[in-house]
Amino acid sequence: MSAELMSLLAKALGETVYMVAVSMFIASLIGIPLGVLLHTTGKGEILENAFLSQTVGAIVNAVRSIPFIILMVAIIPFTRFIVGSAIGTTAAMVPLVIASVPFIGRQVETSLKEVPYGLVEAALSMGATPLQIIRRVLLPEAMPSIVAQLTTVVIALVGESAMAGAIGGGGLGDLAIRYGYQRFRPEVMIATVIILIVMVQLVQFAGNSLAKRLNRK
Amino acid sequence: MIKLRGLTKTYGEYVHALKGINLTIEEGEVYGVIGKSGAGKSTLIRCINMLEKPTSGEVIVDGKDLTKMSDAELRAARKNIGMIFQHFNLLSSATVYENIAFPLRLSGSDDEFIEKKVRPLLSLVGLSDMAERYPSQLSGGQKQRVGIARALASDPKVLLCDEATSALDPQTTKSILELIGDINKKLKLTVVVITHEMQVIKDICDKVAVIENGVIAEHGSVVEIFTNPQKEITKEFISVLLSNELPTAFRGGKIFSDPVEGSYLLLRLIFLGESADDPVIAGMIRSFPKIECTMLFGNLDQINRIPFGRMIIGITGDKDEMQKAMDYLAEHDLKMEVIGYVRRIDVASR
Repeated sequence: MSAELMSLLAKALGETVYMVAVSMFIASLIGIPLGVLLHTTGKGEILENAFLSQTVGAIVNAVRSIPFIILMVAIIPFTRFIVGSAIGTTAAMVPLVIASVPFIGRQVETSLKEVPYGLVEAALSMGATPLQIIRRVLLPEAMPSIVAQLTTVVIALVGESAMAGAIGGGGLGDLAIRYGYQRFRPEVMIATVIILIVMVQLVQFAGNSLAKRLNRK
Repeated sequence: MIKLRGLTKTYGEYVHALKGINLTIEEGEVYGVIGKSGAGKSTLIRCINMLEKPTSGEVIVDGKDLTKMSDAELRAARKNIGMIFQHFNLLSSATVYENIAFPLRLSGSDDEFIEKKVRPLLSLVGLSDMAERYPSQLSGGQKQRVGIARALASDPKVLLCDEATSALDPQTTKSILELIGDINKKLKLTVVVITHEMQVIKDICDKVAVIENGVIAEHGSVVEIFTNPQKEITKEFISVLLSNELPTAFRGGKIFSDPVEGSYLLLRLIFLGESADDPVIAGMIRSFPKIECTMLFGNLDQINRIPFGRMIIGITGDKDEMQKAMDYLAEHDLKMEVIGYVRRIDVASR
């Protein structure tokens, strides 16, 4: 393997990790509260609110139904408004975050639904406020499940970040397309794919171990 | 301590879970509410701490009407009312210690105060060496002990037990009921017990209300209800524990309302409290040597720790003497019911 290829791969890997990590972090900051909102405003839950629940639910569904590659192009003006440019690694993170927020929201909602209502009822019987129930009952009890679900989101982000290469986002996907496909260098393609496989395996392994360690059931 | 006035709860248009409940529970009492599933007993207990908002009526706990409170006032009032559950509802992600500390953390107590509160509670429920375990490492009975300690952490005046022993085996049930009984006496706590098992009522309750189709069919002291049930539903519950049927030997035999040749008169006797220890039957036999007495069934039990004996005897002999013997029994502190006359052959065949 040539030194040139090594440096190309290292740079691309760095870009992918950067895109995925930062997008995941920002998307979680918005997506986890969104999941809490989706769950707690549902029927029979502590902050039941039919209007809010249905409105937010409809927006989440709408964003989730747009294929990532189309979303990416469709929001170019918005991306330009946020980062000042529509191309580059940082610009690619805007659609990645927008696609991941509703995904995380639904995943977290699913995790929270697994918490038996009896626990909420017990906390209510002790005079807990809705905020205390979210912070001290729902989130800690659902944490192993949330970690497992977020692992899935990270893996989806690795895939989507490769597509972001198409608008000049850089990263492993971009490298595979430009060198491996367009310049007929199969060794680049193979190296990229192997790195992606190893990455996804590592993420899944880390996610599983953390979820298992947190689970006291 | 607890007064429910004209309490109703309706779900949607057609489901009337509670149809006007009036109930007064005095301070320090262990009050049982028994009913079949769907009778409304779970809704009833949830109305006492407003986990279910009643459709109409008043819920007065410790002098304050919970139905007229703001959310914040209600949260404060709930700290006065502990609750334990059929499925325990412990935090699986927290240790035994942290589960018990939970209500104190909600109130923002500091670690030192919590430590002082939780340690004695752990020893009260007999789990001092399990503080750092997680609920999944405990047995059902131990989980309920954690539930009880947690319910007591905020020094409530009332303890609500929602089918607290229904998920436990009979022996564990007994130990949990004993613990609840002890706590009631030690802490002068008012306890409300919801159950579908008459055994629970019999073991720890002072008073009982029988609920059926959203109304209270019958209520009174447990001893009264056991010895003199009025409603069918009550008799049904009691019959699970105290069979009212005749001993097998008589079930098929004909019972006459008047004496016939060679018949025994069957009497059902119920002794309560001190009288359960009195040698009344021996006294009767000594006083009326001309009648013959045979014991067909006898059982000594306890209702809420009060001795409670039941007996079926057959007597035969001179008619006047038999009447005198019955008068003799009636003078004593027991309840007597005449079943009827059964032929001697039927008695002797067993």
